[in-house]
Amino acid sequence: MSGERPQSPTLYSAVGGVAGERGGAETPSVSAPARLRAALKRIDIGWSLITGYTVAVYLFMFIPVAIVMLLAFNASQFGAFPMEGLSFRWFVALWNNDAIVRAFRVSFLLGGLTALISTTLGVLAALAIVRYRFPGKNLISTALVAPILVPEVVLAVALLLFLRWLDIPRSFFLLLCGHVIFTLPFVLLVVQARLVTIRRDVEEAAMSLGAGPIATFFEVTLPLLMPAVFAGMLFAFTISFDDITGTLFWKPGGLETVPTQIFAMLRHSVSPEINALGTVMILLTVGLPLLGAGIARRMARTRGG
Amino acid sequence: MNDQAHAVEIREVAKRFGDFTALHPTNLHIGEGSFVTLLGPSGCGKTTTLRIIAGLLEPSQGDILIKGARVNDTPIHRRNLGLVFQNYALFPHKTVFDNVAFGLKYRHVSRDEMADRVAKALELVQLPHLADRFPRQLSGGQQQRIALARAIVIQPDVLLLDEPLSALDANLREDMRVELKRIQDQLGITTIFVTHDQAEALAMSDRIVVMRDGLIEQIGAPEEVYNRPASEFVARFLGNSNVLPGRVESRDDRAIKVAIDGVGTILTEAVEEEGAAEGDPVRVVVRAEKLQLAAPEAQAEAGTSILPGGVEAVDYQGQAARYFVSVNGHQMQAVNAIDERPFRKGEAVSVRIRARDCVLLPSSKTEG
Repeated sequence: MSGERPQSPTLYSAVGGVAGERGGAETPSVSAPARLRAALKRIDIGWSLITGYTVAVYLFMFIPVAIVMLLAFNASQFGAFPMEGLSFRWFVALWNNDAIVRAFRVSFLLGGLTALISTTLGVLAALAIVRYRFPGKNLISTALVAPILVPEVVLAVALLLFLRWLDIPRSFFLLLCGHVIFTLPFVLLVVQARLVTIRRDVEEAAMSLGAGPIATFFEVTLPLLMPAVFAGMLFAFTISFDDITGTLFWKPGGLETVPTQIFAMLRHSVSPEINALGTVMILLTVGLPLLGAGIARRMARTRGG
Repeated sequence: MNDQAHAVEIREVAKRFGDFTALHPTNLHIGEGSFVTLLGPSGCGKTTTLRIIAGLLEPSQGDILIKGARVNDTPIHRRNLGLVFQNYALFPHKTVFDNVAFGLKYRHVSRDEMADRVAKALELVQLPHLADRFPRQLSGGQQQRIALARAIVIQPDVLLLDEPLSALDANLREDMRVELKRIQDQLGITTIFVTHDQAEALAMSDRIVVMRDGLIEQIGAPEEVYNRPASEFVARFLGNSNVLPGRVESRDDRAIKVAIDGVGTILTEAVEEEGAAEGDPVRVVVRAEKLQLAAPEAQAEAGTSILPGGVEAVDYQGQAARYFVSVNGHQMQAVNAIDERPFRKGEAVSVRIRARDCVLLPSSKTEG
């Protein structure tokens, strides 16, 4: 008992320190790390196990990704170790592969349009939900976010069956609609979160000065909302660019996006070209949001958060 | 009825939110160029009234007239009003210049004139050097001045101020109070000021409208509202008042003698409109600073009532002290300037009340 007694308050304060940090406090309790260390000594073995396990999980997740990226630069014919020297030959092959270039073009067009439409709709929906009262508001708000909660396969099949029932053939437009449906919640949530922090009285001030509702939106609300709009747009683009489940169900015959193209190629053989393609995909889908987050943070700073 | 003289008029305006009545049917005239304060505790309907005049809320009934024209159907951006908010509501993404110039963009003003008017407005609020800053680089007081400049640069018909000083700290608030009044005087702009702070209301207003539970309790000049409260609520809301329930003992055309329950009798001055007859239950309102404490042997002068009391507690405030005095078991408050030394706890005193400092209220209205 006496050995355990000091332990629990120490742990509590350590947790408190972490929570404080997350809450934005610049200086968490100074003594917290020291006391945490003391507490850790007592539960040394347990903690090492947790650490080891966590590291193992992350390694398990990231080593394949690293290997794919590494092998993309392998000069060898076969996508396997040992590597036989560095080369960009697979990237060149990729560039010369018409099917893949076409797939990229489709993916960019699809992602771009999805981002554009989703963001527009998402901003409008967020405005309605945050700023206005109307019947069925809760229902609509839930329905718009629901696609996140429903497993994508279910959503994909449901939409496909619905279209079949309506006797509408699959087309690029319907694929686009599908992507908009499941990227919209992300945009909506991001924009909504920002919109609630924009004080109503700033808009009221603009209106009192003579700006009509539309001028107020473009002069005040939208500029203040911009970081979220931008982030939402990037979200929508990357999600659409990355998506395979829904796309497989909805895409019309003959049309391939990058993920479905990779999927199709994998069915024949594991070519090193796929490693190169994978590397490009990883850079795009990881790099874009990082870039976007950076820009959004800078915008939030200059726009006074 | 002369409509030209009223900058703002509301006729039978009421606002209901479902079952809750925020504002009962209300009439109010606000004269051109005057400074009118809507004063009351939170939830009294003062902000509701302001927002209805501004066009930010639609009244459930009644008409709003600005400069004699009915504006019920005029949206806020066509009402030509200057609005200043509690939290400044500056545009965080625009510079001070662009903030102040914002309203001019919708008024077809040339670039030169715009720069000129913005500069003048910034000079008026004594911040001409801050045009290139962003709001977040300014202090609270500076932000509020910029907000004021932004509101007056458009030469609004009416300036509406919604608790503009309450986000500032105490010292700054008093400076801004003087500043705001100076600017209002200089421009002669009709101003409606909403506050819950009685000191602000008394210091700045030409007229005070005291509100409570969606109803107007009293309208009058600051001295009038302060010295002649129309109700116990007004008496208690503005400063510290003693409200003593009693019964009219006798009256002649100069004085009314009131027997205060369990305390004694006090003389009050007879005012014509007070129809209190002998035997009527009444309440006597005496401001804490009009309750004079003196040594117990002091003699009564003509027109003054003297009651024996004992000091129960002293709240020393430097130049004055607030005493809680027990008079025959009833507690009263007195705020007196300190002469040499304050009275001490437990000291016996005589409580002097001049007849002309008493306000008689009928006790028919039961109030909290």
